[in-house]
Amino acid sequence: MAVLLSILVLSIDQYTDKLKSFRGYVSLLIVPLQYGVDLPISSVQNLSDFLLSYQSLHDKYTALQAEQANNQLKLLKFSALEQENIRLRTLFESSFKLGEQVLVAELVSVNLARYEHQVLVNKGERFGVHEKQPVLDALGVVGQVTNALPLTSEIILITDPNHAIPVQVNRNGLHTIALGSGQLNKLILPFLPNNADIVPGDLLITSGLGGVFPQGYPVAEVVSFTVQPDKPFAIIEAKPKAALNTSRELLIVWKNQSMIPLGSKSMTATDYAED
Amino acid sequence: MLRISHNNTLIYWLSVGVAMALTIIPLPFASLNLMPDWVLLVLIYWSLGRPEDFNIDKAWCVGILIDVLSGQLLGQHALAYVMGLFLVLKQHKMIRQFSIIQQSLVLGLILFVAQVVLFWIVHINHDISLSAFLWPVLTGILCWPLVFITLNKVRTLL
Repeated sequence: MAVLLSILVLSIDQYTDKLKSFRGYVSLLIVPLQYGVDLPISSVQNLSDFLLSYQSLHDKYTALQAEQANNQLKLLKFSALEQENIRLRTLFESSFKLGEQVLVAELVSVNLARYEHQVLVNKGERFGVHEKQPVLDALGVVGQVTNALPLTSEIILITDPNHAIPVQVNRNGLHTIALGSGQLNKLILPFLPNNADIVPGDLLITSGLGGVFPQGYPVAEVVSFTVQPDKPFAIIEAKPKAALNTSRELLIVWKNQSMIPLGSKSMTATDYAED
Repeated sequence: MLRISHNNTLIYWLSVGVAMALTIIPLPFASLNLMPDWVLLVLIYWSLGRPEDFNIDKAWCVGILIDVLSGQLLGQHALAYVMGLFLVLKQHKMIRQFSIIQQSLVLGLILFVAQVVLFWIVHINHDISLSAFLWPVLTGILCWPLVFITLNKVRTLL
């Protein structure tokens, strides 16, 4: 009886998403447990934050201020570039995608399945998180939301063996797909020929194809390129940019689906009038 | 052994909760494969001690909880636990007579069955080798005396 029920549940969950709400309700039962396991770990971290000396805090503060000034400067230039980009796109009469909104979610330190690279964060459906949302950290792409439960959500990392992300070489715009390797510091690019124009040190950014990840975020850096003369494809390995095993704060991204058409002539005119 | 059932139920769920917590404790990636299936060990303990109270149905519910806990396909742990516990319940009178070492070995067989069931299901969606599922069997055998003695202590204390 129980066996039949299990098989029924298994097949329903495999082929449909009818059990999603059930999973949500059951997850409410186990959230206290997850937070209970996370509590000692996060409190140790909070304590170590609390015990930072004045000197080191001050040093950190000055360093951060310098960095902030630096970033601000870059941003100034960036906004100018963005405007220019919009103007150029207007010339081509193509649309421009709006920026993204983000929500900061904190990692709950628990492990999910041992053969998967998945993490749990403390923001769920109640914050409007939904499946297939891209997740970033300060350095690059982390992964995407696989299960949005009421209070938490599960995120698959880009290094999971079952995950693939469409990428682009930043230097020359070469498109390919990066697969997870099952190791936290490695991505594999199995679909590039032996004569592909790619060298160690190249930055891979999201290409925006596939529609899940917004275009232009850093994903990984190529570390090795091995030619296989007897095979059609080369072995290329890359190292994820995001601090997959250390970052505690993750950013869940909302893409604005609506494109703003900038092709209208009047706008072009005013734009140029301003110049 | 002859305690009020209510008290035992409380300890049952408490011990299962602790086992679940042990399952999700974050550990370095390499040692994850070595973790025994704590929950299954605890379930086996209870179904040996009080087969009439802690039976297949409860094991199934716990299995579903574990599936949600680990974000997996619903029902895989439920099925594995049901299979394992069915074997235990069939033979619980015999297994109870064994010394703790003999018990460990018999349980090894049961853990193996459960892990193989789990492997089959996981294998549908993941390309993964069986060896990752055999470590928990071995460590489960080694950890059984620990679980057994600890839970016996807890049960007599309360």
